[in-house]
Amino acid sequence: MALEKIRQVTGRAVHVPGNDIDTDRITPARYLKVVTFDGLGEALFYDERYGPDGSHKPHPLNDPRFKGASIMLVGANFGCGSSREHSPQAIYRAGFRALIGESFAEIFFGNATALSMPCVSADKADIERLAAAVEQNPALEVTVDVERLEVRYADHSFPVKLPESAQKALVSGRWDPIADLLEAGSLLEEFDRKLPKALKS
Amino acid sequence: MGKSLYEKVWEAHAIRTLPSGQTQLFIDTHLIHEVTSPQAFGMLKDLGLKVRFPERTFATVDHIVPTHSLLEPFADPQADEMIRKLRENVREHGITFFDVSSGLQGIVHVIGPEQGITQPGMTIACGDSHTSTHGAFGAIAFGIGTTQVRDVLATQTLAMGKLKVRRINVDGRLRPGVYAKDVILHIIKVLGVNGGLGYAYEYGGSVFDNFSMEERMTVCNMSIEGGARCGYVNPDQTTFDYLKGRPYAPKGAEWEAAIERWKALASDPDAHYDDVVNIKAEDIAPTVTWGINPGQGCAITDRVPDPADYPESERSGLEEALKHMKLRPGQPIKGVKVNVAFLGSCTNGRISDFREVAKYLKGRKVAPGVRAIAVPGSQVVAKQCEEEGIAEIFREAGFEWRGAGCSMCLAMNPDKLVGDELCASSSNRNFKGRQGSATGRTVLMSPVMVAAAAVTGEISDAREVFGVGELVGA
Repeated sequence: MALEKIRQVTGRAVHVPGNDIDTDRITPARYLKVVTFDGLGEALFYDERYGPDGSHKPHPLNDPRFKGASIMLVGANFGCGSSREHSPQAIYRAGFRALIGESFAEIFFGNATALSMPCVSADKADIERLAAAVEQNPALEVTVDVERLEVRYADHSFPVKLPESAQKALVSGRWDPIADLLEAGSLLEEFDRKLPKALKS
Repeated sequence: MGKSLYEKVWEAHAIRTLPSGQTQLFIDTHLIHEVTSPQAFGMLKDLGLKVRFPERTFATVDHIVPTHSLLEPFADPQADEMIRKLRENVREHGITFFDVSSGLQGIVHVIGPEQGITQPGMTIACGDSHTSTHGAFGAIAFGIGTTQVRDVLATQTLAMGKLKVRRINVDGRLRPGVYAKDVILHIIKVLGVNGGLGYAYEYGGSVFDNFSMEERMTVCNMSIEGGARCGYVNPDQTTFDYLKGRPYAPKGAEWEAAIERWKALASDPDAHYDDVVNIKAEDIAPTVTWGINPGQGCAITDRVPDPADYPESERSGLEEALKHMKLRPGQPIKGVKVNVAFLGSCTNGRISDFREVAKYLKGRKVAPGVRAIAVPGSQVVAKQCEEEGIAEIFREAGFEWRGAGCSMCLAMNPDKLVGDELCASSSNRNFKGRQGSATGRTVLMSPVMVAAAAVTGEISDAREVFGVGELVGA
């Protein structure tokens, strides 16, 4: 399966501040009543962005200056809570292709990587400096370099972290693991025979 | 140097190293439900793949089922489409399904243990973060995303990175009126909601040795709220006694062989841990949350924080939480008015939870104006509660007695908070909007504390309301 190699992501950025932003906030549960992921981009941060009557609340994603941003700057423990892949799907479908944060919850991180969307972690101070630069100039071009593990903008750059396996998977176009998993072939049957299973007797 | 259960289970299930450097890990048992599986079956179809080992997948419907009527079609057309899609998928692929008509349907993390599907030493995955519950049996059990649900359906394996292991010892004696729920809320408060990132939690010490399986499940269930993808307790006689005779547990000679295998899985006395945390049982109080994540909790006798007392970097988070919860800095948490009481969920919707509450609720009434709902975790629990007279005690007290499901824990069915209602909840998450209203407020606590809130109409100390600890065994 030939997949796109994600070596770097370049685009405009938007800062969604706050720590421990959970997946219920990213995609409220009522948007999970779907049998496909289509249309989830609309659900992104819905209750944070809109009132019950559909009116706009102040939120960075409602700010016309950041319309079209493809890189999201976030805080610590982003994506905690539910395992719902609907959350990274909503972010991806809203046009985002990379996240820069202090840290990410594990299930969210794995789900995002499997969608080819790198979640790199950086120091709080570096993120804050970038957020300030973006606030000043929303048209600023930001590059998340997955290969070199750095973020670049204007004359600045700072290092970012990404577990080696996720980095490899993204830059080599192996972020969807299904092809690699299928290659195990008859080893799967061997393990199935060897390992106990719950059977009704 | 000895090995931990985590390492032993990992090694037994590691098939090979993938090109990414991750390990291909065999998953013994896959649990699925209606919310995170339809897209996975869709992807499987697109790839022209089949379910590789259908005997290893078990399905139920829990998140979207209405709890007041199971008459079909469901009133909510989206919910109805979801259950139909699940039925279609399990039929096509030959997967065991605990449907609403089976008498065994319920929350996936309640019925797995109840049926004996959850066993020590297994790797268990499910598209639900509270899969960590099954670690109570000495299984390595974790939540996965939908793409990974597809991976397990297609190959019975996952691409995984190995976690570090943190041993959490809780030693001593819990004070009267302190429950398993308080233990985990305390642990999350101490270690933080992201303290478990990168770790599996191994819970041990005398408190866990003495805990029942259901108490262990309550703690393991909320491992994910502390950032740990899985948490477990080493299997022991309590584990074996619980499993014996359950429908899917080994029988006869296989049972004896299983016990020997399970005993050997427990962490060695000299096992290596990446971190060890010691907690004194006596330091744990009946705990309630005051904020918008499960780590923002305090003893029932405490005051909510005043951001002014904290470093500048922490203030905005505290202020946001207090603003959402409509609480004043420094006010006592006790006495805050409650609109809704919810007893249920995969954390505290088991038979032991209803039995414990019924002891105190008997002969009392829910306070006027409080909407109290009791939702058994499974149809089996519901039946037991009817047979033991527990359901009647709840009904007489003024609780709405419902059918099995996830219900108001995440409000994907009609059970929802309205406006800024405040809910005393036995569930696992107090996130903004979690219980179905963007401005709804959730206060997490043990089931007995939920009952105390229900009968007083405010957040209360169950020890005072019910004389907890004095009455029991007196």
